[in-house]
Amino acid sequence: MRSIKVGVLGFQGAIEEHVDITRRALKEAGLSGEVNVVRRLEEVEVLDGLIIPGGESTVIGSMMERTGIMDYLRRTRGKFPVFGTCAGMIVLSRKVKDRVLGDTNQPTAGILDVSVERNSFGRQGDSFETELEIPAIGGLYRGVFIRAPIILDVGSEVEVLCRLNGRIVAVQQEKIMATAFHPELTDDPRIHIFFIKKIISD
Amino acid sequence: MKASVGTICVKRGFMKMQKHGVIMDVTSVEQAQIAEDAGAVAVMALDKLPYDVRKAGGVARTAGLKVIEEIMDHVSIPVMAKCRIGHVYEARVLEELGVDAIDESEVLTPADEKRHIWKWDFKVPFVNGARDLGEALRRIEEGASMIRTKGEAGTGNVAEAVRHMKLVRSEIRRVRAVVEEEDWQEIVALAREFRVSYQLVYEVGRLGRLPVVNFAAGGIATPADAALMMSLGCDGIFVGSGIFKSEDPMERARAIVLATSFWDDPEIVAEAQRMIDERKSMIGIGVSELELKMQERGAEA
Repeated sequence: MRSIKVGVLGFQGAIEEHVDITRRALKEAGLSGEVNVVRRLEEVEVLDGLIIPGGESTVIGSMMERTGIMDYLRRTRGKFPVFGTCAGMIVLSRKVKDRVLGDTNQPTAGILDVSVERNSFGRQGDSFETELEIPAIGGLYRGVFIRAPIILDVGSEVEVLCRLNGRIVAVQQEKIMATAFHPELTDDPRIHIFFIKKIISD
Repeated sequence: MKASVGTICVKRGFMKMQKHGVIMDVTSVEQAQIAEDAGAVAVMALDKLPYDVRKAGGVARTAGLKVIEEIMDHVSIPVMAKCRIGHVYEARVLEELGVDAIDESEVLTPADEKRHIWKWDFKVPFVNGARDLGEALRRIEEGASMIRTKGEAGTGNVAEAVRHMKLVRSEIRRVRAVVEEEDWQEIVALAREFRVSYQLVYEVGRLGRLPVVNFAAGGIATPADAALMMSLGCDGIFVGSGIFKSEDPMERARAIVLATSFWDDPEIVAEAQRMIDERKSMIGIGVSELELKMQERGAEA
């Protein structure tokens, strides 16, 4: 089988953590491939899949606009595999609001048909880890939520992968996957294996 | 399983989300909004910028809670605030207020020369300054979730931050070599030298880095300063007086953010550096001219 090229968007946030766990995921899935940090459009265009890390969505979003990567995602809408975690989910979404400040008017790709609420659980003092049930990866999973967003509503094309107390925290729509939590902060690579095997390779 | 708050993973994880970003010192809502618009990952609320703390003299304390609260109500990015070294109750008050992180900072007048705050008692993550590896590890053992270089705050002079970062790096290389060689006796000797546990020294040697994120702070005033610190292996940047003591804060803040993300791309760092006017940089102070060296505060503890 050919080698899979995965990129981790390298503007801001938990970049190295995603690189590490993606490499582990490739290894554990028995696949050959390479994982690199990418920041230029040319680097993104040759990838089989892109991971957008957690961080500050306002910062990551404006760098994506600046470099043309946001437009690339808009053009390839749903056909190019992308996985966004937390801030990465926000910058993919159709609509964003902040729990306290309301509409944020921040730039997003708008290719994931969901509306999200930023900082939905509150500030850092309300950040938490908890057990989640994610049938797509075989059941129980430890989710780490840091000033996490939540998905308020989803379009008809969107499949819900996980809920926490009824609220949506992970979704998939065609080749786009997004989680409100941070798999890169755990040592469990199953979410990344799912992205590589079911979304990139399928 | 019940949701757990304030765990090591949640506290250190929050700091990891700041990586490759710029955290900016602010003293008002207006400055906080400029910082947010310019692309700061977080703001640090304080009563006076470090440069003004030097000028004012007297006792520097935590910022007024109303100002911090107002900032929290007006920006969507995380809001951090400084408390005095060892001042457990300034920290308690800030945690109660709901700030996202606390900087137990040498920029403020220390409340306890012997002991820092025992940060494991808190759910809120802490950042501490350090000049060398021993100081960094002592702070981590007390529960710090992020380390930053102390540099020399309020000077606009990056030299001390460079010195502190290089020192930490070379000491980590030393620890790494000792751990790789499995020289157990030497690991014990290092633990005694640093005055921390054997386990922590071993962990650093195995990882080849600190177990928490390590930012640059103290004297960063230009995009090139930020890129320099990132090239030395820092995970991100704090800018204190450098932005709001310059005459072009908005442009400068944007430029420093750009140079931090693209530090290894000289073309973009040059573009960032072109966005600022050196005549508008803060004048800065040579470290040898200083009466007060903030970096020495709490260093022996």
